[in-house]
Amino acid sequence: MAINWFKYSAPSTFYGLAGKLVPFFAIPAAVLFAIGMYIGFFVAPVDAVQGEAYRIIFIHVPASILSMFLYLIMAGYAALGLIFNTRLSSMMATALAPTGALFAFISLWTGALWGKPMWGAWWVWDARLTSELILLFLYFGFIALHASIDDPRRADRAAALLAIVGSVNVPIIYFSVKWWNTLHQGSTIKFTGTSMHIAMQQAMFVTLLACWMYAVAVALVRVRSIILDRERTTQWVSELKEIA
Amino acid sequence: MNRLSIINLLVLVVRRDLLLAMRRRADVLTILVFFILIVSLFPLGVGPEMDMLRKMAPGVLWVAALLASMLSLGRLFSADYLDGTLEQMMLAPQSLSVLVLGKMISHWVVSGLPLVLMAPVLGLQFDMSPEALLVLMLGLLLGTPVLSMLGAIGAALTLGLRGGGVLLSLLVLPLCIPVLIFGSGAVEAVSSGLSVTSNLSLIAALLMLCLVFTPWVTAQALRISME
Repeated sequence: MAINWFKYSAPSTFYGLAGKLVPFFAIPAAVLFAIGMYIGFFVAPVDAVQGEAYRIIFIHVPASILSMFLYLIMAGYAALGLIFNTRLSSMMATALAPTGALFAFISLWTGALWGKPMWGAWWVWDARLTSELILLFLYFGFIALHASIDDPRRADRAAALLAIVGSVNVPIIYFSVKWWNTLHQGSTIKFTGTSMHIAMQQAMFVTLLACWMYAVAVALVRVRSIILDRERTTQWVSELKEIA
Repeated sequence: MNRLSIINLLVLVVRRDLLLAMRRRADVLTILVFFILIVSLFPLGVGPEMDMLRKMAPGVLWVAALLASMLSLGRLFSADYLDGTLEQMMLAPQSLSVLVLGKMISHWVVSGLPLVLMAPVLGLQFDMSPEALLVLMLGLLLGTPVLSMLGAIGAALTLGLRGGGVLLSLLVLPLCIPVLIFGSGAVEAVSSGLSVTSNLSLIAALLMLCLVFTPWVTAQALRISME
């Protein structure tokens, strides 16, 4: 039996699949977030050095991880769209950009809230903060370039090229900023074991999964709107029962 | 096609663009005046204490150079785009990457080189030491071509768009941050008695990377924008 691997690479078939998949990501996201918050606030002990304020990492760390990770995923989708000329890949890249920017913003915001009691300042010009800020600007650049080109195919391709150039630049920017100045504490989770309490680890891991599920769910909802917008003149859209 | 044809092509494009720039000297001078103006505004804004100004000088000069080079990027392809020359260039059998490289070089000669030559004079206003001035010039000499080349990608992507200028800055400025850091870092290193080779080598490495990749990427961006 031959399987058609590319069945869902057509927007018309993926539209239905995405609609069916959304609850499978949205509901776990809500449940996991609730569990993560419970462990984070009631199970995890108070930190010996940082007191109660450390609990912000349960949202800060997942948001930072996802903001960087989503940029790579977005650039990957954009590259697929550019190389193989697949419309859906470009639509996914466009759908991921606002979520990535949101996570970058949350990461900066919560970082500032944490920095005030810990470092005594809302903002310090530290390597990680600065590169996160630059990452936010890279997201804005992608979104702005895409929005200012009227022809969607040209917008996809131009934004894809920008995302690829950006992802090549991200390590260069990161290291340049790192050598420039560093104040942020080193990574707590290392491959050789960790210095964290087990409940803190669990809470962070669960909220990370929750954020991940949320990102997938939101991207799927957004890509459905993008598909409808781009394909509004086609036969299959006019035959959808939610349209008619 | 003989082996020299790529060099000939490059010389041809550079000469043409420089000639066009010389016919419109006001454009070149505007960028230079903008650079001087930005740098001169800083002492007025932060006060005339020489110690502070000396500390700020490398950063101020580099940021001003960055902004001045952004200003001229919009014109890199737009004139040729509007009169149809760019379309003919893309139809030409020669490599578009080489044509683009030629345009980058002439853009640097017109908008980057004057800044390099002007920087020591402005540095003196900030009471920089001769060694610091030399390192500043070296850094700008290596760094401003990188700005032109990275900027060319943005200029090609935003070709013919409304609000292109602001968008161009949004796209290109984040990518230019490493050059800014290493450039002003080199001057700070020499001021505090450290070796400047690491910073200057890193800018040179960026220059080499850009020299290899950006003409091709810009050519692809032009193809996307022109189709």
